[in-house]
Amino acid sequence: MSDVLVVADHRRGELRPVSYELLTAGRELADALGGDVHATVVGGDVGRFAERLDCEGVDAVHTVAEGAEFNHDVTTAAVTALFEALDPAAVVMPNSVNGLDYAPAVATRLSLPLVTDAVGLDGDDGLTVTREMYGSKVETAVEVAEGPVALTIRGGEWAAAEGIGDAAIEAFEVEIDESSIRSTVQGFEEVGAGDVDISEAEFIVSVGRGIEEEENLQLVEELADALDATLAASRPIVDNGWLPKNRQVGQSGKVVTPEIYLALGISGAVQHVAGMKGADTIIAVNTDPDAPIFDIADYGVVGDLFEVVPELIERFE
Amino acid sequence: MKILVTVKEIAEVADDFEIEGLDIPETYLEYDLNEWDDYAIEAAVRIAEDHDEEVEVVTVTVGPERSEETIRMALAKGADRAVRVWDDALADADILAPTTTAGILAAVAEREDPDLVLSGVQAADDGFGATGVALAELLDMGWAAVVNDLELSGEEASVRRELEGGVEELTTVDLPAVLTIQTGINEPRYASLRGIRQAQRKELAVHSLADLDLSASVADDALTLAGLAKPETESAATLFEGSPAETAAELETVLRDAGVGAE
Repeated sequence: MSDVLVVADHRRGELRPVSYELLTAGRELADALGGDVHATVVGGDVGRFAERLDCEGVDAVHTVAEGAEFNHDVTTAAVTALFEALDPAAVVMPNSVNGLDYAPAVATRLSLPLVTDAVGLDGDDGLTVTREMYGSKVETAVEVAEGPVALTIRGGEWAAAEGIGDAAIEAFEVEIDESSIRSTVQGFEEVGAGDVDISEAEFIVSVGRGIEEEENLQLVEELADALDATLAASRPIVDNGWLPKNRQVGQSGKVVTPEIYLALGISGAVQHVAGMKGADTIIAVNTDPDAPIFDIADYGVVGDLFEVVPELIERFE
Repeated sequence: MKILVTVKEIAEVADDFEIEGLDIPETYLEYDLNEWDDYAIEAAVRIAEDHDEEVEVVTVTVGPERSEETIRMALAKGADRAVRVWDDALADADILAPTTTAGILAAVAEREDPDLVLSGVQAADDGFGATGVALAELLDMGWAAVVNDLELSGEEASVRRELEGGVEELTTVDLPAVLTIQTGINEPRYASLRGIRQAQRKELAVHSLADLDLSASVADDALTLAGLAKPETESAATLFEGSPAETAAELETVLRDAGVGAE
């Protein structure tokens, strides 16, 4: 039991990028433990997925041909059965919305300790997991007691596995008890369609919690007008109903890649950064000098947006 | 009908803070009701208000006496009564695994026998995002994670799960179930003065681990906190300093160089 089992993430016919990152994280951990990397994909077009997952460093891919789409009851049953068959040292799952829909159940059913949202794994001398707390303000090292463990990893933290491997691709048969299926996926819906597509915008003025009140939005709307830029926002603004969902940048909103991204009063939580780190030039205005937004910004002003923005509007009017 | 809402009092760290060993000193911490749980409470109270039949909303917290302040807040917003679990054994643990917390909540849930359990997607402080689904598995209930729309009809719940990239999954879940509630599902109310007064008279039961027939050893789980640090900042940003007028002038140059404001 020094092998590592990784569980691929897929949705609507495509493997999600974190699947390849899981292979890399799994390989690193297996190297430290001296074991093999087993990947599995549950549901969907498993044959096609398995070929893609056969990257360099992958020793085996187990396909579970159950259902066309992700279902957490099926995935929990399949991963649990495969874990029992392989007896690995660790099962590594994605910290995606779907990963969090089955990983805690897998860990509970197998009585494994669970550490979620890992950004680093060190398996050289026992297992130590690096993860963040307090909205990325603190990084913690969590030691896991000896024995098998369940982990989820954050997307974008490991490089994607590449190359073509020579993994054994095997079908894994699992008996799914019909009575254990308590959820049914009825369909999908794209949300946030509407008058504007921020993912196409060249210049974006984006506003976050620092705007404080709904009536203050007028200020950033004026700036967006003056700059001929598109107005976008971070999650709290949309949660509050101050701007529609189609303006939301981030993991659960849109991914944008403008030439200029001007972030006003946005702290830069990892979920937000996932949606805008591809911008050519990132400019941040925030009162907190330690705000993570400054880690990815090209230019920054540590200051009050209510003082800086009116000055900026004046210069462009 | 009975709805159990899991509630956590979370710690927030001040902008400027220090770390001492494996601790952040109390002076840098502020405590508040977990944002996701606020939405879960609102969802439960709305179900109670919209249903003709009697619906009881019970909150459950694993937390020290200090957390009663935030529990009262939940009661002021319309929950009917509260359960708080705490124990010296839990106070001694530097980190509680989400599966451990789920085990304690499960002991309460088994006694309460709810028809629906609502939980926040995650806690703002340790952010495991796993307690609700682990709880469902322990209770042998159905579940759905990251729910941003919820409708109950008879024996099932119709939910929308908020996936990445602006896609929602429409799913039905058999009841009883645990649903983890995402922010934005509703607009949480502010507690009214009348609600705050009423909350003082509502039942808040406190249980130790032994009261729930749990061993103190549940706190000795497999996770140990071994390090606490401020993340290395890799900021390569050019920071402009000076008055608002001066910094705005610098920003103007950057923006114009990128073609902003060009006719």
